[in-house]
Amino acid sequence: MDKIHLQYNVDGEDFTLAGEASSDVRRVLRKLGFDGDTIRRAAICMYEGEINMVIHASGGVIDVYIDPDSIEIIMADTGPGIADIEKAWQEGYTTASQTVRDLGFGAGMGLPNMKRYSDFIDIETELGKGTTVKMIIKTRS
Amino acid sequence: MATIKNLQQQLELINHNPDADCDRELSGCYIGDLLSWVMAHAFSGCVWITIMSNINVAAVASLTDAACVIMAEGVQPDQDLLDRVKRDDIALFTSPLSVYEIAIKVHDVLNA
Ligand SMILES: Nc1ncnc2c1ncn2[C@@H]1O[C@H](COP(=O)(O)OP(=O)(O)OP(=O)(O)O)[C@@H](O)[C@H]1O
Ligand SMILES: [Mg+2]
Repeated sequence: MDKIHLQYNVDGEDFTLAGEASSDVRRVLRKLGFDGDTIRRAAICMYEGEINMVIHASGGVIDVYIDPDSIEIIMADTGPGIADIEKAWQEGYTTASQTVRDLGFGAGMGLPNMKRYSDFIDIETELGKGTTVKMIIKTRS
Repeated sequence: MATIKNLQQQLELINHNPDADCDRELSGCYIGDLLSWVMAHAFSGCVWITIMSNINVAAVASLTDAACVIMAEGVQPDQDLLDRVKRDDIALFTSPLSVYEIAIKVHDVLNA
């Protein structure tokens, strides 16, 4: 299998589209015959990142590279950046607005989930410039 | 093992997606409203009880592979959510009962 590249533009204004890119990747991975555990981990990581792009950074671009033994997800936004990355990693830390919390977000569990379900995660962020999250999910068979 | 259909009958749930597959077996139950929390803890085949009613409920239900969603306390689904569960074949029910009352009944169905 050649490396497959998928790209998604995430619209920061449209909550009804949030989760669409992760759903699509999940469909593709299923079609390619990846195991359930790998698909679940990749989909959760991507969903959390996708939602963060929408609620914290008004959208961005996601690149997904699929190999037989790993899925690499790169999520780049030009949002506000993360002021205190140490805090952001902590369970329960959130800067989500009340409006966003009313939708069920803001548990401060997104980044911890991404760390837990990926095999590699790295965040580059600069205040006022944006944030890029890179994750790798490996198959475990 | 109990199925979605058993659950629907015992709890007199209102079905908001009649096309969804209700023969699926249930593996347990998870309760929660904070979506990232649910994302981390819900599991394949579970009954998910929540009071959230927006479109993101569909994404969390399908990504965790929940068997069905029960919206408790008389909360009604947004139109966006109704459209999405139909498109994605997710079983979605509502009930006027409290989360606690539903949980007790789900327990009874799972252990019948
Ligand atoms: N792409 C991003 N741009 C700017 N800030 C971000 C971004 N991603 C995360 N953050 C910051 O990191 C914090 C923690 O993120 P995390 O995903 O863990 O929690 P949350 O999004 O606030 O809540 P949850 O994910 O549980 O709904 C956020 O509240 C926000 O301040
Ligand atoms: Mg988040």
